[in-house]
Amino acid sequence: MSTARTEFLAGVRAEIPILLAVISFGLIYGVAALSAGIPASLAQAMSFIVFAGSAQFVMVQLVDAGAPGLVIVGTLFVVNLRHLLYSASIAPYLQHLRGSWKALLAYLLTDEAYVVAIVRYQQKGEAGNRHWYFLGCGVALWTTWQASTAAGILLGAQIPPGLPLDFAIPLTFIALAVPIIKDRASVAAAITAGVVVLLTMDLPFRLGLIVAALAGMVVGVLVEGRKK
Amino acid sequence: MNSLWLAAIVAGVITFALRLSFIMGLERIQMPAVLRQALRFVPIAVLTALIVPELLIQRDGTLALSLQNTRLLAGLLATAVAWTTRNVLLTIGAGMAGLLLLEALL
Repeated sequence: MSTARTEFLAGVRAEIPILLAVISFGLIYGVAALSAGIPASLAQAMSFIVFAGSAQFVMVQLVDAGAPGLVIVGTLFVVNLRHLLYSASIAPYLQHLRGSWKALLAYLLTDEAYVVAIVRYQQKGEAGNRHWYFLGCGVALWTTWQASTAAGILLGAQIPPGLPLDFAIPLTFIALAVPIIKDRASVAAAITAGVVVLLTMDLPFRLGLIVAALAGMVVGVLVEGRKK
Repeated sequence: MNSLWLAAIVAGVITFALRLSFIMGLERIQMPAVLRQALRFVPIAVLTALIVPELLIQRDGTLALSLQNTRLLAGLLATAVAWTTRNVLLTIGAGMAGLLLLEALL
């Protein structure tokens, strides 16, 4: 059985290629937060409190547009609803853990930690220490996110505005999504989610994202056929 | 500014609650088999739903299905690189380089 230490380090290592994209996104988040009039202390505190890159970015856009607090919180709720799916998906693997471990890993359950950790959990073999792998993923992402948002806040205007740094995140998702397309059912789930998200772009509060994800899951099951 | 702090704290509590929900509450409920099967499609369905608008929807909210859409082309390049190499760093690098090159050219 792999030790806690080797699992933790393997988790950190698995995130390293992604960290460059996280840094890019953290930098532009910091810059965007300041230019939306959010104080530096709050911009950084949001990285601690919320710790969800795309949700923080949406909040910045809404603050910039002068949206009321209720709209900001409501939109954030919908944008982050996908974490409910992540939670349900990874929960069966965490049932043997103590409450403090569950709370810690839940706090660290970002897109990039979830996808990398769930791939590890689905592998065959002795799984007793895989929460350390998950923790390694989470810690690598957390420290990088805090440091890069701080750098974005400090460097601010020195970062050239023309650079398409935001594009690093969808590219990361492409890099993570392609290898998990394994069969007809996952192809069908992907195509469905992609089409539905375009058809539902006009829904308020970015509801389209969660509608598309659910549609993809349903079609995935239908194509795969019910398992006993 | 105090209302912004409040919004951030509420946002944090909501985010944490969503992430913790099933992780903490699963012991008390029995998940039906079909739900467990559906949850296996969470990564691919969510990731695709996150990627597609980034490639196809422009800043003004309109759909851009054309060869002038540099993000679409760079995204397709990245997909091809991901498919052949399965390498995260190469995929991000190729997509980024592709986008910068296309924006310089088009």
